Amino acid sequence: MAIIPNPHKTTGFLGWIDDRFPLTKLWKDHLSEYYAPKNFNFWYYFGSLALFVLVNQLLTGILLAMAYKPGADTAFDSVQYIMRDVSWGWLIRYLHATGASAFFLVVYLHMFRGILYGSHRKPRELVWIFGALIFLVLMAEGFCGYVLPWGNMSYWGAQVILSLFGTIPYIGHALQVWIQGDYTPADATVNRLFSLHVVALPFMLVGLVVAHLIALHEVGSNNPDGIEIKKNKDPVTHIPLDGIGFHPYYTVKDLVGVVVFLIIFSAVIFFAPEGGGYVLEKPNFTPANPQVTPDEIAPSWYFCVFYAMLRAVPSAFNTQIWGVIVMFAAIVVLFFLPWLDRSPVKSIRYKGPIFKFAVVIFAADFLMLSYLGMHKPNPLFTLLARLGTLYYFLFFLGMPIYTKIDKTKPVPERVTA
Amino acid sequence: MSRLNARGRAPVLTFLLTALLLAAPASRAQEEAKTLPFTDNASNVASVQRGARDFMAYCSGCHSLKYLRYNRIGQDLGLSDDMLKQNLIFSGVKVGEPVTTSMPAKSSEDWFGRTPPDLSLETKSRSPEWVYSYLMGFYLDKTRPFGVNNLFLPNVAMPAVLGELQGWQVKEEGEKTAGHGEGLPLKLVQPGSMTPEEYKAFVSDLTNFMVYAAEPTAKERVSTGWGVMFYLIFLLLPLTYFLKKEFWRDVH
Repeated sequence: MAIIPNPHKTTGFLGWIDDRFPLTKLWKDHLSEYYAPKNFNFWYYFGSLALFVLVNQLLTGILLAMAYKPGADTAFDSVQYIMRDVSWGWLIRYLHATGASAFFLVVYLHMFRGILYGSHRKPRELVWIFGALIFLVLMAEGFCGYVLPWGNMSYWGAQVILSLFGTIPYIGHALQVWIQGDYTPADATVNRLFSLHVVALPFMLVGLVVAHLIALHEVGSNNPDGIEIKKNKDPVTHIPLDGIGFHPYYTVKDLVGVVVFLIIFSAVIFFAPEGGGYVLEKPNFTPANPQVTPDEIAPSWYFCVFYAMLRAVPSAFNTQIWGVIVMFAAIVVLFFLPWLDRSPVKSIRYKGPIFKFAVVIFAADFLMLSYLGMHKPNPLFTLLARLGTLYYFLFFLGMPIYTKIDKTKPVPERVTA
Repeated sequence: MSRLNARGRAPVLTFLLTALLLAAPASRAQEEAKTLPFTDNASNVASVQRGARDFMAYCSGCHSLKYLRYNRIGQDLGLSDDMLKQNLIFSGVKVGEPVTTSMPAKSSEDWFGRTPPDLSLETKSRSPEWVYSYLMGFYLDKTRPFGVNNLFLPNVAMPAVLGELQGWQVKEEGEKTAGHGEGLPLKLVQPGSMTPEEYKAFVSDLTNFMVYAAEPTAKERVSTGWGVMFYLIFLLLPLTYFLKKEFWRDVH
């Protein structure tokens, strides 16, 4: 039985594999011969860091699920069991809880990088859309995980978020009860959110991350200059002149990023694991209690932008669904970003003053809305949240106009610095 | 080079703002009576040992620590099983059992209006400062069923169990309350068996024990943390940094 030798001319054990499975091909396509632009800056660490945090969440999650007991009567106690009686349980739990916050921080910075350098522009629309889907699933995953310890904030957070379904006309209430499995968040709710959190959503998350990377490696990475490095290839080797192999160049560079990240991450885990009340909230140190509402129900800091929008929109026509629609639209609008941006250049480096101004205000607006979402509303805060929400949508929906009329600078042929 | 810096400034500024926002202490705490300054120190083993003894003597009749086992206390505070049995375990349970109370929940609800809460996580769900202040804040109030009220938990259901130690305080109404010893608007009208200094030390010990009880692994966490930080900063950071430098020498 003859076999067609593999094109990589590998021999021995690797050759045996390569004759049957594209191991060397995968290695070359995605690592050693995946050519990334050589001018990545600080902002380009967050992609690999997001992957690193995902792996952290998966591994610590597997270990937590071995000792966690879903259910209204068992969840809270089992978390304390993990914290006190399971070997290194406290570390595993802090890694997972702080990891959730780190995940969102890293992903927000990663998305902002995309906006800065036009990483969503043609031909990377699908890379961006897979990314937006990852963000959406991540939000669902974060919410489910937040409910699982079944502390009092978990309970009331679940109450607020699940009642969003209740705002849908006609079917809302029935839908909410169907999702909850009870009239309020209860035992059944914890169990089904656990199922989603450990099976369905991680499965989707990993699948989407793979799709995100396959799409990225098909079109190649963008860079801070927004130049297509594939346009300038070496005539002999066909390697982009401004490209370097992802491995070893970016694997060793990203390792430095991982270590710096770990230093900050460890500082939180070992010396301030409650993150000043942002990672683990005070009310969550008491078990879920439907009779006692916490002084203030605020979601995790990473949802507060959207929570501020939810609260900013007044109810009208006897329904509060408008806030839910606005909040959901704030995420949906991200999917259209590739087509909203009409600038002839990709990177902020060559864009005009209008975009630069708009994006800086957008970042400030994002921070302001986060702040407002974390604090009790008052008339001033509500006004600011409304203006902030308006600007958020203006930034995206006005983009086709202002990116078109904005002055741009000429883009160089080759990457700079 | 300077051109490049100018271009990168706005994004970097944004990043720093984000970092600042996250570093800022959470100011979500509700507005209530301002707690007394107190610095907890659960690594003071002697203080935590005294606090454990006092907790078992004065608190554990009504309040459980259901997530804390007696022999865990023993391991962490250097007490043998015999010492635990002689000094801390009054209910005759085994050393591997958690600190529970033998008071029936239903009866206690009838007596006090609510079941005394489990205190395992009290210093985390409130704060060590709050627990310390609360134990300092009882005062005589004829309108209440047990004749006492608390500055930090208005209409408290708990009687002033430590009154015989602290003595009895009355609330001073109105102006000029700041200058008083603790800064609380309370005046001692009948001294207890302890001097105010002794009582402060007593409450400090008790609070330190409760801080320990809320997270018995905290000491291990911090000491592990120093090791991890040392390893990351002095070993992995230089190693990866120079590895990167070495590999990137030929990139121009």
